[in-house]
Amino acid sequence: MSHRGARILRLDALARVEGEGAVHLTISDGQVTDTRLRIYEPPRFFEAFLVGRGHTEPPDITARICGICPVAYQMTACQAIEAACGVTVDGQLAELRRLLYYGEWIESQSLHIHLLHAPDFHGHHSAVELACEQREPVERGLRIKQAGNAVMELLGGRAIHPVNVRLGGFYRVPARGELAPLAEQLRRVRDDALETVRWVAGFDFPDAQLDCELLAMQESGRYAIDSGTPTALSLPDGTAPSRSAAEHRFPVAEFERHVVEEHVPYSTALRSSLDGRRHLTGSLARYAISGRWLHPTAAEAARAAGLGDPAAGEACRNPFRSIIVRAVEVVHAVEEALRIIDAYEPPPRPHVEVPPRAAEGCAATEAPRGLLYHRYAIDADGNLTLARIVPPTAQNQGAIEEDLRRLVQSRLDRPGDSPTDEELAVLCERAVRNHDPCISCSTHFLDLTVDRR
Amino acid sequence: MNDDRIPTLAVWKFASCDGCQLTLLDCEDELLGLAERVRISHFLEMSGAEGSGEGEAATLAGVGPYDLSLVEGSVTTAEDAQRIRRIRQISRRLVTIGACATAGGVQALRNFADVAQFRAAVYAHPEYIATLATSTPISAHVPVDFELRGCPIDRRQLLEVITAYLAERKPNISAHSVCFECKVRGTTCITVAHGTPCLGPVTHAGCGAICPAYDRGCYGCFGPSNSLNLESMVRQLKHDGMNDQDVMRVFRTFNAASPEYAALPTLTGQDAAAEEEAR
Repeated sequence: MSHRGARILRLDALARVEGEGAVHLTISDGQVTDTRLRIYEPPRFFEAFLVGRGHTEPPDITARICGICPVAYQMTACQAIEAACGVTVDGQLAELRRLLYYGEWIESQSLHIHLLHAPDFHGHHSAVELACEQREPVERGLRIKQAGNAVMELLGGRAIHPVNVRLGGFYRVPARGELAPLAEQLRRVRDDALETVRWVAGFDFPDAQLDCELLAMQESGRYAIDSGTPTALSLPDGTAPSRSAAEHRFPVAEFERHVVEEHVPYSTALRSSLDGRRHLTGSLARYAISGRWLHPTAAEAARAAGLGDPAAGEACRNPFRSIIVRAVEVVHAVEEALRIIDAYEPPPRPHVEVPPRAAEGCAATEAPRGLLYHRYAIDADGNLTLARIVPPTAQNQGAIEEDLRRLVQSRLDRPGDSPTDEELAVLCERAVRNHDPCISCSTHFLDLTVDRR
Repeated sequence: MNDDRIPTLAVWKFASCDGCQLTLLDCEDELLGLAERVRISHFLEMSGAEGSGEGEAATLAGVGPYDLSLVEGSVTTAEDAQRIRRIRQISRRLVTIGACATAGGVQALRNFADVAQFRAAVYAHPEYIATLATSTPISAHVPVDFELRGCPIDRRQLLEVITAYLAERKPNISAHSVCFECKVRGTTCITVAHGTPCLGPVTHAGCGAICPAYDRGCYGCFGPSNSLNLESMVRQLKHDGMNDQDVMRVFRTFNAASPEYAALPTLTGQDAAAEEEAR
């Protein structure tokens, strides 16, 4: 090895992620002995100051945890509190909520695909640089992203921290005619979304294999977004698992018994594990667990893009290829949004009442970055006595660290020149971005330290 | 290194949700055009490079100098209090974007509580967490050229601020209340027509009066307007059905630490209640 002895390298910024964090690698005699994804974004104490607030407030307040996925927070908070109060929101109100959520999926996944992730595959620092070379794909991505924002602006009032969401439904629901221009815009970006799948499928993908459990919501018949049961899938290395043996489910009420958080000294996020093993949530997990229920157009695009047949339950195990899965999810979200708009009839009331009662309730939904869990306890006067929030990136931290270790180790094991610190830094940044971490959520910014002994 | 004729822009993050800087990436129609007229020199959410693609890695502290720095987020750690001073030194103009940078944000709710308790409520090992007892706006640490309001900021206002500073003029942004925007939008007053409690009369304009157009009372996410009669507002809110606790909660959220709201505990009788309890 050319790098014998103690050696520290600092790469002061991993960019194109949401939030601030750092990577610390220890390499000793050619072996990666420790990998840490440090999340040092300052804590904001949401779970503490929610206590004592009103039971109607979490949808607006928790939205402010993340400007990239506020709808995910609003939807999960609403469902958890409605569960506590014994209220079910169904029919057209539930469909409108899903439409709003698909808007966020379209916006957030397109943001990651085009502005954050794609530059990696072309050796560029940013989408603006990428656009100098390939303007059309970037403009296409911005059009899709804009359509997602249009859904949120119409239904939510605005794209970031929508104002129209409340317990039980909405403050105001749209008339059928208001949705017509939205449907027109979504139909125009349907081809853009399919073209994006073809574009990203043509990128060069390094070899890599995940080694972790996958966790996503599952509901028979639906590519779950706002409903279902937490479902874990084991991914034995490289071999196709027997589905029934590899899948296990647990009620959302038992979530905290299975997904256990621990506080590690180098991070302001709480890192969690699933029944003692590292796990991954997000697009790759959803695709493996719910792929057979993708919209037929999205499933066909996945097959054509070389992801295998989602109807047969095929999983994608290469984290670099997650960009294709996100593009497929955008196609699905556009199709589903159009389906909801076509069948829409305004509900009789914009919301159902959610009177408080002394109780506890929890819920989990699929934020663009993965499974998001909320639990609240309420007293008889409607004051919150407890708030617990488990965001996707905190769950993914262990899996991302293992992914980093495997990628760096396989580069170190390759015969020939040993990698420079710069090469390792690029590899680490890419490994982290593959999982679209939202560090603001988990309490952003990566800074790489390589410690070579 | 910089071409003198192309102004440089930097975007910075402190304690925040990323929503205000995302607003820049949400300018889908303008983003690529803007990047041709402005050198986006430092924007970690968009690029790992300092400058425009020369390949130098961006750092948390930046290199500078920058013609315009946009700052998102509030100061909650000792390191961040240092970092904002350096950013001020390397920025010709510094504009705060959003309620966190302008008023401390929702995380300023800690200013009214015991942070040690907060830390213990969220983290199993509170000793691992370094944080200040307060969340403070950027203006508490360095001089600020302009404060853009909102939780989150408005996209059109952001473009106006960037355009104005790069053209060396003052931004054309009104400091009147949301009520003016309802009139412009043609929204019937929901307080007058339906008795809905609404913070519009005391809240800074800029959002375009979204909430009333969605049958919801304004909840004050743009913070206090330039001239406000809080006493009269509290009276009206109570008349429209809010109790003292509701009033405290609605003001004490996204712009909780705004000095304009300091009289609220007195106006809602919370001071008297606290004194009673102390006795």
